[in-house]
Amino acid sequence: METNGNQHLISLDDLRVHFRLGGGLFGEPKVVKAVDGVSLDIEKGETLGLVGESGCGKSTLGKAILRLTEPTGGRVYYNGRDLAHMPPSQMREQRRHLQMIFQDPYASLNPRMNVGQIIGEPIRTFKLASGSTVEKMVGDLMETVGLSRRFIKRYPHEFSGGQRQRIGIARALAVDPEFIVADEPISALDVSIQAQIMNLMEKLQTDKGLTYLFISHDLRAVRHLSDRVAVMYLGKIVELAPGKVIYADPLMPYTRALISAVPVPDPEIEARRERIILQGDVPSPINPPAGCHFHTRCPFAIEECRQRAPQLVEIKPGHRAACVRINAENPSIEANASAGLGAIGS
Amino acid sequence: MTNNGTILSVNDLKTYFQTEDGVVKAVDGITFTLKKGETLGIVGESGSGKSVTNLSVMRLIPEPPGKIVGGDIIFNGIDVRALSIDEVRKVRGKRIAMIFQDPMTSLNPFLKISTQLMEVTQLHLGHTKDQAYKHAIKMLETVGIPDAAKRVDGYPHEFSGGMRQRVMIAMALSCDPELLIADEPTTALDVTIQAQILELIKDLRERMGTSVILITHDLGVVAGMTDKIIVMYAGKVFEQAPTRELFATPANPYTKGLLKSVPDPAHEQGDPLYQIPGLPPDVAHLPPGCPFAERCDRAEDICRKEYPPFVQINENHFSLCHFAQEVYEGSVAERGQ
Repeated sequence: METNGNQHLISLDDLRVHFRLGGGLFGEPKVVKAVDGVSLDIEKGETLGLVGESGCGKSTLGKAILRLTEPTGGRVYYNGRDLAHMPPSQMREQRRHLQMIFQDPYASLNPRMNVGQIIGEPIRTFKLASGSTVEKMVGDLMETVGLSRRFIKRYPHEFSGGQRQRIGIARALAVDPEFIVADEPISALDVSIQAQIMNLMEKLQTDKGLTYLFISHDLRAVRHLSDRVAVMYLGKIVELAPGKVIYADPLMPYTRALISAVPVPDPEIEARRERIILQGDVPSPINPPAGCHFHTRCPFAIEECRQRAPQLVEIKPGHRAACVRINAENPSIEANASAGLGAIGS
Repeated sequence: MTNNGTILSVNDLKTYFQTEDGVVKAVDGITFTLKKGETLGIVGESGSGKSVTNLSVMRLIPEPPGKIVGGDIIFNGIDVRALSIDEVRKVRGKRIAMIFQDPMTSLNPFLKISTQLMEVTQLHLGHTKDQAYKHAIKMLETVGIPDAAKRVDGYPHEFSGGMRQRVMIAMALSCDPELLIADEPTTALDVTIQAQILELIKDLRERMGTSVILITHDLGVVAGMTDKIIVMYAGKVFEQAPTRELFATPANPYTKGLLKSVPDPAHEQGDPLYQIPGLPPDVAHLPPGCPFAERCDRAEDICRKEYPPFVQINENHFSLCHFAQEVYEGSVAERGQ
């Protein structure tokens, strides 16, 4: 196997997805930089959580890795081979190893196919089995995800949301993949069902050695499932750290605001806590603010932030952040701000 | 017309729907009172009856197939069930206002924000056009929309999701209502915007003394926002208690299960989450016993056979469970550890 010389299962190098919005006859065409230079590695067997608000590009990033959306720049290495520039025929073979679980279990299953056909389709497409073996495999998969094989002839509308999500997971597992992008897999489900699906995903990971990219806006769920967490804002990764660390010791003002915004199901804590309320909305990705995209909402923004886009650099071991006001020597933005330190490393 | 500050009292409300599948008892006996300035949280999963409760109070149940078949709704001394449609319209939007989950679909996309805001006060407060326009700007300022005087003439699509929810709140509060019903007001919003909107509702509640009913599936949202909570499941009230008491010492296995199944960021990861097994029941075909028995880790034979009693734990704490007292004592013991 040709490799790029490292052991990461997935390795993104300056990945970009830019969408052009028609500019008409006159004027510049507008460009949405949904994913704008993302570099990160995903290790075999880990869960990398990806959080951010709507429109930050997290779903587009997930799709671009699987080439469900074509990247417009950069590379996606899977086991050392660049998927982003692979010819379609080869890419099709690779899809066996790379699967996706979608947010909306209502919209992502074909209503005219029964469960046996839905889960069996990838098995037939990749010619992993034929005839009655397929049916047996489908039945086994259904039991793996906690559905009775008696339901094999039923149609999606006969199932609840949680059960449909299980069907979606069974379909993703049918080709025995190595890597799964799970895009908001629990957002559409009720609280009591969310826990079931999270536990199922964890169990499958342990049993099958799966690697997940878990995309969610639910920070509690991401914290629970992920080994490491990446925070995305307007097309860029702004912080990346082990799950424990990012909650205990977030470096970026944006990450802190995100964590602080999540309500805690405990009235005693809620009564005491000081919430960081961010002003304003997420700016439009069509014309993101210059410099650091977050400067319009950041309480620590200085002139430099409007001028220079920060790089994602290691601040502490295993903990990377993108902010012009912090570095390894001075990791605390408050301390730097009160000391009157300006941009660092300029 | 108020009696000791109570603005709304709902007594044994029952709202049923006639469906092809039989009678769905969407709300089957809910009782609560709400005092001036108080906030009540109604928590439940989809299909639990939490939204139907609120639609019943507003007399917005589509009839047929739905019908309020029993109980009383007394708002400030007015028997809401006895009102004619015209009389209901005078109360709704003026004295009781509501905001819905989806601010995208609750605003008319073809009308300017100003037109939609002015309509409310022209109708209910008899404002002239000029008064109504000024009032609209004032309301947008109240809910924190920057540059309100300019933006009032914009259309809904020119506003972001969070801003549209602010517009909805401005509209709801235009006539200074005594009661605000907020049905999943932040579910469609991002967390940072949710925090803004919840802070706004809290702030307005304090400034205007409005009573609030907050309907949500998110236990975190009710924890910080409410004085008391009703937990609903399959159309029934499963537990009812002051907020702190409900979280500290729940007396119902369903409430306990819900609280345990939310991941707690402060805890170690790696352990599986507590999960309530199975699925919510089909409300059209409830079993004879407790609707939760099939999923309950504490269920015994009696739970599957007999409908549970609504047990009073103390003055303000109730639980629908054969073993309510034991579950409560268990929570107290866990708390003491």
